[in-house]
Amino acid sequence: MNTPNPSASIESPGSTTDAYVQIRGLHTVLGDKVLFDGVDLDIPRGKITAIMGPSGTGKTTLLRHITGQLAADAGEIRVDDKDVPRLSRKQLFDLREGIGYLFQNSALLTDFSVFENVAFPLRQHLRLPEEIVRNIVLTRLQAVGLRGAAELMPAELSGGMARRVALARAMIRDPGLMIYDEPFVGLDPIALNQVLKLIRTLNDTLGITSILVAHEFAAVRRAADHVYLIAGGKVAAHGHPDELAERDSPWTRQFFGGEADGPVPFEYPARDYAVDLGFPAGAP
Amino acid sequence: MSGSRRHSMIGDALAQVGAAGLFLFAILAAMPKSVRHFRETLRQIWFVGAMSLVIIMTCGLFVGMVLSLQLYYTLAKFGGTAALGTVVALSLFRELGPVVTALLFAGRAGTSMTAEIGLMRATDQLSAMEMMAVDPLAYVVAPRFIAGIVAMPLLACVFNALGILGAHAVGVSWLGLDNGTFWGNMSSNVEVWSDLVNGVWKSAAFGAVIALIATFQGYTTPPTSEGVAYATTRTVVSSSIVVLALDFVMTAFLM
Repeated sequence: MNTPNPSASIESPGSTTDAYVQIRGLHTVLGDKVLFDGVDLDIPRGKITAIMGPSGTGKTTLLRHITGQLAADAGEIRVDDKDVPRLSRKQLFDLREGIGYLFQNSALLTDFSVFENVAFPLRQHLRLPEEIVRNIVLTRLQAVGLRGAAELMPAELSGGMARRVALARAMIRDPGLMIYDEPFVGLDPIALNQVLKLIRTLNDTLGITSILVAHEFAAVRRAADHVYLIAGGKVAAHGHPDELAERDSPWTRQFFGGEADGPVPFEYPARDYAVDLGFPAGAP
Repeated sequence: MSGSRRHSMIGDALAQVGAAGLFLFAILAAMPKSVRHFRETLRQIWFVGAMSLVIIMTCGLFVGMVLSLQLYYTLAKFGGTAALGTVVALSLFRELGPVVTALLFAGRAGTSMTAEIGLMRATDQLSAMEMMAVDPLAYVVAPRFIAGIVAMPLLACVFNALGILGAHAVGVSWLGLDNGTFWGNMSSNVEVWSDLVNGVWKSAAFGAVIALIATFQGYTTPPTSEGVAYATTRTVVSSSIVVLALDFVMTAFLM
């Protein structure tokens, strides 16, 4: 198996002067697994930055570090010039008021209808007349193509529809930072295309910063301005998606080419295969 | 059971008690913010209170009827059947009403609180609230905690009332005790403050303990179906033990 030394091709971000999110020296160990081993990363303000990498590499954990849901073992995490690990619970909630977060599993409130789910952040933080709440919610639902589903309950939605409702809810307060965790999973090609356009339009018209965790490189290539490829606990490569796709490094070749052999292990660490099958150790 | 295993179990149990204590402080700290969620608190009072009425009323009626039968049999041996109304009322107000209501409340409302919060944990709904800058302790936990404290005394009073009616039906209508004697002895011997209110205090304390255990178990459950199932079971077992132990302590102090 072709296993070049990962550290040989590890990259660091350049000096980004206007980073909305800045991470330096991130170290995280979950159980016995070293998830991040000195990750440095900048999310430029007003751009869409995609985080890519093999499953289980810690992309969602990275998002949880950025939003203060999970403390890292070491490292500096700054979001909008605020030192996230040092924020009090109240300061953290103040910061999160400016962040829209699309969860991997949508995380809709199951007791509320689609309309009330999308209206929830407005009702909790702002005292708006019901007519205005209704207009804002219906506008957002129209943007994701689900205005007609406003009265449905989450249990009545397909996975893709739930994802679009969650997207409408995440963007309801026009946040400064949008975080999308796997936004394209479960979407049919039509919905995927519309969501992709929506993500791009939101960024271009409102000038917000976006972090996009996804596996679909074709979609990422259309939406993202910058891509970080995380593997082996480090930033394996980063740059413009077109540039990354053409770059001839073992990481990009394996990941974007979908090959099993390469620096990213496809197989979970295991005992000797022959021993597991009951043959003598080292049997051919 | 080996010594080290026993020590580990005791250590785990003490750690759980400590964590539940810290959780209580977190709920109390979130109380001021939960005032904003008054409608949610009312909804929870309706859910754990009004929705528990059928089981509480049915059980109260039958407990009163059984109590009346048993006490009539016992009092008849001493020629004291005239005291039936008094003894039934004191037993219900001071002891059986709060305790049996609490055990039923743990089974009916405590389990639903644990399962609901546990599922919210498992489906990331609590995380979603945190990410929307809505504190789940203030929005989800505190209203249920308040609902437990408010609903339990009310349910215990309903249980007592139905118990007295059940006892009256058996003692007066069936066994032939004089109606005036039943009510007269009861009203002259039962004190509102030392007997009835005593039970109300107990009920409020039981409501707080059950709601604390139920919300703590749900909030800290592992996000799996097995985790939610274990948490629900632990709510019933822990609540029952703690209610009976607390009942002894409170009775000793409130006598």
